[in-house]
Amino acid sequence: MNAPRILITGASRGLGRALAFELSRRGARVALVARHAVDLDATVAALRAAGGEAHGLVGDVGAKDDAHRIVGAAAAALGAVDVLVHNASTLGPLPMPLLLDTACEDLAAVLETNLVGPFRLTKIVAGAMALRGAGTVLFVSSDAATSAYPQWGAYGVSKAAADHLMRVWSEELRARGVRFLSVDPGEMDTQMHADALPDADRATLARPEDVARRVADALGDAARFPSGVRFAAQEVL
Amino acid sequence: MEAATHARDNPLANRLMVIDPARGIAHGTVGELPAWLRAGDLLVVNDAATVPASLRGTFSSAPIELRLAAPTDDPVVWQAVVFGAGDWRTRTEHRPAPPPLAPGDVLRFGDELTATVRRVSERSARMVTVCFAPDGDRFWRLLYALGRPVQYAHAAGDFALYDVQTVYAGRPWSVEMPSAGAPLRWSLLDSLAGIGVAAARLTHAAGLSATGDDALDALLPLPERYEIPPETVDAVNRTRAAGGRVVAVGTSVVRALEGSARTHGALTAGAGETDLRVGEGTARRVVDAVLSGMHEPGTSHFELLTAFVGRGLLQRATAEGEGRGYLVHEFGDSCLVLAA
Repeated sequence: MNAPRILITGASRGLGRALAFELSRRGARVALVARHAVDLDATVAALRAAGGEAHGLVGDVGAKDDAHRIVGAAAAALGAVDVLVHNASTLGPLPMPLLLDTACEDLAAVLETNLVGPFRLTKIVAGAMALRGAGTVLFVSSDAATSAYPQWGAYGVSKAAADHLMRVWSEELRARGVRFLSVDPGEMDTQMHADALPDADRATLARPEDVARRVADALGDAARFPSGVRFAAQEVL
Repeated sequence: MEAATHARDNPLANRLMVIDPARGIAHGTVGELPAWLRAGDLLVVNDAATVPASLRGTFSSAPIELRLAAPTDDPVVWQAVVFGAGDWRTRTEHRPAPPPLAPGDVLRFGDELTATVRRVSERSARMVTVCFAPDGDRFWRLLYALGRPVQYAHAAGDFALYDVQTVYAGRPWSVEMPSAGAPLRWSLLDSLAGIGVAAARLTHAAGLSATGDDALDALLPLPERYEIPPETVDAVNRTRAAGGRVVAVGTSVVRALEGSARTHGALTAGAGETDLRVGEGTARRVVDAVLSGMHEPGTSHFELLTAFVGRGLLQRATAEGEGRGYLVHEFGDSCLVLAA
């Protein structure tokens, strides 16, 4: 079996970075997407120093014109994409506002990055997967997608919608052999968590490296995690 | 025939002319394709994605446009065609010639991307081999940031990169959209699968359709790279053994399949390059039918179709297309040509 070719968005820090390292350690060839070249290039250099094949693609998942640039450059570097991980997302304005205080434009911007952006990238990648009869698309979700937390409205709605997008896609492409999943990673000690909840006790938070190991296990276990499933990283043992 | 200037909102409503030596000419829509195929037939598509292959830049402060024509084994070395000032709005044959170029000359695009001329073709001063810098991921970043789709004067406006991709595009190998597949949609591929018509793929680096230089245009299509996966060879062999028809989506797929069969004696999986010019009298070993755009006499695409049906029938088809307002070029109408 050839090394899987994996495209990960939001890959220069947090869970995306940890996933890139974990999947690379397991033999994957990875292409990383991030908005800022400096952090991205540092992560790519570290992956290569560890012996992996890594490519850095600067792009904004929320920008329409970047979608084909990201996938085109990834396919040029990797040959094809076997696994697409939608990890990039935004919380929107900080501190996170009540819905009554949320500007309509801010809601739209959160949906653009967390929902429409992954939709675009999936549209570009999953057609080639369907033709090959294989491939996996993973959405990184949140417990805010299923629980209604005050001040997490825009983010939670975007994640709930992305989960449902995953389910419909799974139904439409099941016969073509393309697998769709979403994962609730749980609370992790990341910059995003600190942005959302600056007063949290970091000792109670999971390490992104541990979560990445569980997510990589689930990606590799299609029998236990078949298409259409939304799972919590904690259930992966 | 008139040119289609842009993609229709619903390309499944594009017209489809069925050219069948046994039954003559029939008219329908692309969405009605399943009515003309039967269980056991196999569609073979070109899954090459379209590269933003037009780069506007300068050579020693004179404006130029570089159009990538064909990739090589080195990702930063490309065959390319150079134009002088202007863009796609001017017909290629009216574009000013580029300044004379020699090996070592450096073309500049934006602040970071350069292309150094390695070789100038002895056949045309417009045809060069260039080596880009920087290389690696930065090359692809810059090409995708600066490049635009290659397009021609019949278009109504600038194409975005997403306008020139098929719905199943994978590797970015083509410098122009493999346009026979442009009107296909997954709903249609699912309908076809539902009646027992499967889809298989190959990747073929479709090249430029015109350069504006008669000497160069006479050489088109240039040798083009292709790669045929083993599962496609299996699917083709199973189809033919069971009496089904192999339907190539596009002339590039015909060239790849027939080129491979000719090179190896039988269709063979793997990568290759073909300079096969298919035409009247070409012995077909693999392909039984072709779904293509509408093509007019005098083009290499039209000549390719004469390998399937007689010239007289194709000329009648052109006349009917003319009379019924069929449109040509990348977003135009389609024809399904069944072999005699």
